[in-house]
Amino acid sequence: MSPKPTPKPAESLTFEEAYAELQTLVEALEGNQNALEEAIALFERGQALIARCASLLDAADLRVQQLTGNGLSEFSGE
Amino acid sequence: MEQLSLFQAAALTVTQITVVIRQLLETNERLQDVWVQGEISNFSRPASGHLYFTLKDKNASIRVVMWKSAAMRLNLPLRDGMLVEAHGRISVYDAGGQYQLQVDVLRPAGEGALYAEFLRLKARLEAEGLFDAARKRELPSYPRRIGIVTSPTGAALRDMLNTLRRRLPLAQVILAPASVQGEAAPPEIVSALQRLNRLNPPPDVILLARGGGSIEDLWSFNDERVVRAVVDSRAPVISGVGHETDFTLADFAADLRAPTPTAAAELATPITLGDLALATRSLSDRLQTALYAQTDTRRTRLDDLHRRLRYHSPARRIANDRQRVDGLSRRAVAALQHRLELRRARLTGLSQKLESLSPLAVLRRGYAVVTRADDERLVHSGDQVTGGDGLRVRVSDAVIDVQVQQITKERA
Repeated sequence: MSPKPTPKPAESLTFEEAYAELQTLVEALEGNQNALEEAIALFERGQALIARCASLLDAADLRVQQLTGNGLSEFSGE
Repeated sequence: MEQLSLFQAAALTVTQITVVIRQLLETNERLQDVWVQGEISNFSRPASGHLYFTLKDKNASIRVVMWKSAAMRLNLPLRDGMLVEAHGRISVYDAGGQYQLQVDVLRPAGEGALYAEFLRLKARLEAEGLFDAARKRELPSYPRRIGIVTSPTGAALRDMLNTLRRRLPLAQVILAPASVQGEAAPPEIVSALQRLNRLNPPPDVILLARGGGSIEDLWSFNDERVVRAVVDSRAPVISGVGHETDFTLADFAADLRAPTPTAAAELATPITLGDLALATRSLSDRLQTALYAQTDTRRTRLDDLHRRLRYHSPARRIANDRQRVDGLSRRAVAALQHRLELRRARLTGLSQKLESLSPLAVLRRGYAVVTRADDERLVHSGDQVTGGDGLRVRVSDAVIDVQVQQITKERA
């Protein structure tokens, strides 16, 4: 059975979440004959996920934090 | 005492006796692989790059030479007064008439004791199974959170961050600062590892690293507490301590040993941002293809249905029916004509028969019909007429009025 697209908007997903969902979705679309509306919905969701992945890849900037006495703080000691 | 005879044997030359001495010394195994401990004095480094000095203790001294090739591998600066352990072989310097120690490896004195201690601890922890291959955890191919235990001011941290930034800037780095040399280092390293592991969730992988240094500098990574903290870590640990040639007990305990901090950062990120971009593009292509495949299947099926629909369409059936009607009507017409012809033929026959029976035909054969002129009654017998009566004689093509003149009776 095809996976229900998570209702979470693509823009709020992390790269891993978006990528994992995209992978499952593509496999579902490749493996099954879906109802046309469903296939199109999957495709549109897939495009949103791809856009999300691409923008995260483009904007990726290593985040460095440091353990402090009571949690994490941004590290700027470079 | 026997007197020395001057003529018993020829005297050896200095060179000859030196050869004998050289052979004596240089074929003695004990002297060809030896560690000597002593204090450096008369240290000199001429332009040739070879090192010359004397090793001495309270009672003795020995000349030492270290050829340039071996001297280049030294990772500590030598100076007079330094207590060292030198490994090498005894050789003879013919021109100087001296034996000397030719050194290939040299280390600070005490290092031998340290090394022995290292081996003892390693054997003990190994026997406990802490270094077993079966204990090694699998490393994530794509770590999202990377913990780092190192000095916040060291070059090692800078190298690792540069490498991670270049390879996988999607990752999040959590630095747990710790001293990496000196008395304070082992407990700080242990605490840093533990604090990273207490995070929720813990990092996907932890890099435990330190740049190069002397064996004493790296000694914290041979501390049993550090080794046990590495073993106890929930997150897999990659060690990158010192240089390629340095092995510490923390390296043996780690799930993966990297030769340097930079290599540790590389090994932690087998999948790079470039790989992810490629993989995303490939999924994007597959998504397109999958949709086309779905619509193509539908289009084909639709075309097929369309064909079948046309095949079963009423228009076609009407055309069929029309054809059938045409056929029927042709057959009906034919049948009708046939019947008409039959009728016509019968009619002709009848009419011929009728003709043959017609009085007119009889008349044409020469017979005549005679009626009385007055009452039009048919004359069958002579009794019906008398002389002078008017009669009407009908022949095939005319009516003739006549008058009876004479009646002659004949037998009937």
